[in-house]
Amino acid sequence: MGRNQINEQEVALLLNDVLERYGYDFTDYAPASINRRVNHLYQLDRFPSFAEFRYRIISDSVYALRFVEEITVNVTEMFRDPSFYHALRKEVLPILATYPSIRVWHAGCSTGEEVYSFAILLKEAGLLHKSIIYATDVNASVLEKGRKGIFRLSQMQQYSRNYMEAGGVEDFSSYYTANYEYAKFREELGEKIIFSPHNLVTDGSFNEFQLIICRNVLIYFNKQLQDRVLTLFCESLEQLGFLALGSKETLNFTRVAKKFKQIDSKEKIWRKVNL
Amino acid sequence: MAAPYLIAIGGSAGGLQPVLTLLPELSADLNAAIIIVLHRQNHNASVLPELLAARTSWTVKEAAEKEPLESGTIYIAPADYHLLIETDHTLSLDDSEKVNFSRPSIDVTFSTAAMAYKSHMTAILLSGANADGVDGLMDVNDAGGITAVQDPTTAEVDYMPKQALEQVKIAHILTPQDMATFINSIAKV
Repeated sequence: MGRNQINEQEVALLLNDVLERYGYDFTDYAPASINRRVNHLYQLDRFPSFAEFRYRIISDSVYALRFVEEITVNVTEMFRDPSFYHALRKEVLPILATYPSIRVWHAGCSTGEEVYSFAILLKEAGLLHKSIIYATDVNASVLEKGRKGIFRLSQMQQYSRNYMEAGGVEDFSSYYTANYEYAKFREELGEKIIFSPHNLVTDGSFNEFQLIICRNVLIYFNKQLQDRVLTLFCESLEQLGFLALGSKETLNFTRVAKKFKQIDSKEKIWRKVNL
Repeated sequence: MAAPYLIAIGGSAGGLQPVLTLLPELSADLNAAIIIVLHRQNHNASVLPELLAARTSWTVKEAAEKEPLESGTIYIAPADYHLLIETDHTLSLDDSEKVNFSRPSIDVTFSTAAMAYKSHMTAILLSGANADGVDGLMDVNDAGGITAVQDPTTAEVDYMPKQALEQVKIAHILTPQDMATFINSIAKV
C-alpha cells in the first residue's frame, strides 16, 4: 500500500475545513510537506477512508487539534547550527548591549530549545536582566513544554557539543539539573521568556523589537505568505533591528529585500537599514 | 527551461561512487532535471555540489527552497533538511523528523517526486546500509514512474538495493557503468 493515498485536492479540502471550523489557516503553506504529514497521520490513525478522516476532523474538535499539531513541524534542538549562534554572540549581542532594554521576538519557537539557547547567550553577555524574549508559536501544546524548560537528558551531550561549537566556555551542565531522563533548565533563564500563542498567518504585530528570530518556519510557507510574514517582521523591527532566519532561508527576491542588509555573508542575519 | 522529466537518485554508504561514475557520461542536452539525495554527516561543510560539478557539464547546485526544477540542472539535497518536490515542480525544504534515521531522507524525496511527476520520472536507488528509499520506490511505481536500482553485486554495501529488489517490483538493475546510458536513453529530447 503506497503512502500517497490522499491527494493534494483532498488535503486542500481538509485545510479548508480546519480554517472554516477552527480558524487555523494552513491554506498558504507549501503543499508537499503538509501533504506528506496529512498522509502520515491518516495512516498512523488507521482511517478506513478519506471520508471518515474528514468527518472526524469536522465533527471532533479534540481530534482537529491533534490534526493541527501533527501537521505542523516541531523538530528543534539547542544551539542548532552552532556557527549561527556564534555570529549572534559576536556580531549582534554587542550592539544589543548598547540599548537600555532589549526586546526580542522568537517567532515559531516550538518547544523552546532555541529560545533557551539564546537566553544562555544573553546571560553570558550580562544582558539577560534587561531583556525580554517573546517566544511565540501557533501550537499551544509546544508552548507549554517551553514554559517548563524541561528537555530530554539524552539530548544534552549533543547540545553541549553545539554550545561549545557556538563559542560557549562555561560548563553547559551548570545550566540545568538532571532528573531521571530529563534536564530542567535554570529558572532564571526562563524568567525573561514570555511564551505566548501567536499565529503568523492571521495575527499582527504586537510590539517593536531589536531582534526577531524566526528559523525554519518560512520554509513551510508559500511565497505569498512568506512575503506577508516578512513584511510583518519588517514592521515589527526598530530601525537598525536584526532579523535572523534559518540556514536555508533568505530575504533575497522577497518583498522586503531592499529594506535589509545581510550582516555576514555566511550566516542568515540581516539588519533593517535606512534607505 | 522547466524540466518536463525528473531523474531522482538516492544513495547512502557507497552511493557517491556510482554518481561520480555516471556524471561524466551524461548527455548535455537531456530534457530533464536530476535530483541527488546522498546521506552524509550533517556538520560537514557542503562540498558535494562542488565535487560533483567538476565531473559534468551540467549545472550543479545545492537545492534551494522555492526553486523551480530546470532541465540540464542537478540539484543536491542539502544536509540536515528533507528535500520535497511540489506539484508545481518547485522545490521545498523541510526540517521535520528524520526518516529511517536520515535527513535528508530518500523516501521523502522519491515519494513527493512521485506525487509531482507521476509517470514522468525515474528513481534510481544506489548502494547503502539501510532501507531508506525502498518505500519511495514503491510510491514511484504506484504513480507510474520508472524504478531502477544499482546492481547489488556492484554496490559497496548491497543492503539497500537488495531490500528494494525484495520489496518492490524494480524495472531495471544497473551497473554504475550502465547508468548514464540508461538515463540518456529515457530522457532524450
